Amino acid sequence: MAQVKVTAAVAGQERLAEGIYSMWIKEETIASQARPGQFVSLYSKDGARLLPRPISLCEIDREQGKIRLVYRIAGAGTEEFSHCQAGDSIEVMGPLGNGFPMDGLEGKRAFLVGGGIGIPPMLELAKELPCEVQAVLGYRDGTLFLEKEFQAAGSVYIATEDGSAGTKGNVLDAIRENGLKADIIFACGPTPMLKALKAYALEAGIPCYISLEERMACGIGACLACVCQSKETDSHSHVHNKRVCKDGPVFAAEEVEL
Amino acid sequence: MNTKVTLAGVELKNPVMTASGTFGSGAEYGEMVDLNNLGAVVTKGVANVPWPGNPTPRIAETWGGMLNAIGLQNPGIDVFIERDIPFLRQYETKIIVNVCGKTAEDYVDVVERLSDQPVDLLEINISCPNVKEGGIAFGQDPKAVEAITREVKKHAKQPVIMKLSPNVTDITVMAKAAEAGGADALSLINTLTGMKIDIHKRTFALANKTGGMSGPAVKPVAVRMVYQVAQAVKLPIIGMGGIMNADDAIEFILAGATAVSVGTANFHDPYATEKVVKGIEEYMEKYQIEDISSLIGAVR
Repeated sequence: MAQVKVTAAVAGQERLAEGIYSMWIKEETIASQARPGQFVSLYSKDGARLLPRPISLCEIDREQGKIRLVYRIAGAGTEEFSHCQAGDSIEVMGPLGNGFPMDGLEGKRAFLVGGGIGIPPMLELAKELPCEVQAVLGYRDGTLFLEKEFQAAGSVYIATEDGSAGTKGNVLDAIRENGLKADIIFACGPTPMLKALKAYALEAGIPCYISLEERMACGIGACLACVCQSKETDSHSHVHNKRVCKDGPVFAAEEVEL
Repeated sequence: MNTKVTLAGVELKNPVMTASGTFGSGAEYGEMVDLNNLGAVVTKGVANVPWPGNPTPRIAETWGGMLNAIGLQNPGIDVFIERDIPFLRQYETKIIVNVCGKTAEDYVDVVERLSDQPVDLLEINISCPNVKEGGIAFGQDPKAVEAITREVKKHAKQPVIMKLSPNVTDITVMAKAAEAGGADALSLINTLTGMKIDIHKRTFALANKTGGMSGPAVKPVAVRMVYQVAQAVKLPIIGMGGIMNADDAIEFILAGATAVSVGTANFHDPYATEKVVKGIEEYMEKYQIEDISSLIGAVR
């Protein structure tokens, strides 16, 4: 079944940290189809803001038919979403994108690396992966979020730029300081982090899957706004421009130019 | 109630079509919209060879609209003929192929490749503001408009729609030039060249610096131009520019458009095209309009 666009009900919202919000949305069709690493498009009620905001799925509650979005206020649209409360309606389209590959991982060790607002999509993956989860979470400072929720799914390692919690430095510093090893990497976060992880995975000879972000309009692969440079030719235009919204947002790291 | 309109000899079941570039070749939106309900699908521009388009970011939101500088990324005519035309032919809708090129030869190349293909109309894009060669370069000089129209008409087997740029002093001059060159219909407006600056990063919002503005913020400009062109030439007009709903579509029809294209609205609501079709029927019922043709250019 394809994605749907519907008017859904906000089931609850809380502020997790400065500028970071967590919203649960009741939407059974989306929740029943969604996989870790996919995203939804949220629409503003203000007619002057036409384009949807793509936001990754942080958790999927298939039993209750709910999805959880943890997002950062990045502008007027996400600011508007942060004021939504339980019972409010919100326009949402999803599930969108491909999601993380999860087959054949039994008995393996995985790094789930999240940097900043790239942390939320790793949570549902942590809960669903059929293997050992080592979550490596990078924050700017000691204002942490979601870190306790990862503990139920695996071991958690923290890196902060200012050293106020966990390892001082970035996620790779945390991996090295703790002497961690893995057979596969899943990551979402800022481009410099993804670049460093791609290089690390290449050196270690392990697969690395990264989730990318780009400005989007349609969210379903039609408008060609959100392309990334790919090694292989893309299926749409037969050039080297894979669509982040449709062919991604998750790509094998060696497949894309960062 | 009759919602059928005739555009350059081609009968459409209703006047609602998609605006080129916003709807691909229909495959993606076809998962959410029943393409059988649309008057026509206007494809994203296709060139003689694949084009990679511009660097990202390619889009930016603006107040009541957006800027895009995709740069006409497309798979080229070979893939288009092999994949996109057979896909669209499965549906009871008309196919309008938007054609782009860097030179007159490029346009002719594509038009000739389409000559034996089951497509209904050709829309020649001489107005894309986001490519350095071709595109708008042809659309801002009346002599070039007339010449390219004449050249395309010489080789085209299907009726030819020329898509005009609003980035000109007087659009009726371009419309008359296309008419003189033998165009069968006109599409207007393409996007308005715009710019957005990110004040926090102190950089351009688009990698291309400038982009084409679309969305409801441009609608009054588009309605005015459709009206002006309708008064200036005899050709049928496909009106577009910020159509979000049936009310907007009817405004364009009253201004002189025979058909309308829904573009940016698809990004806001993937079901927008079908809603416009339904809304036009509701309007006709409410005002007891027997034939939609009676609305075309009814406001003078």
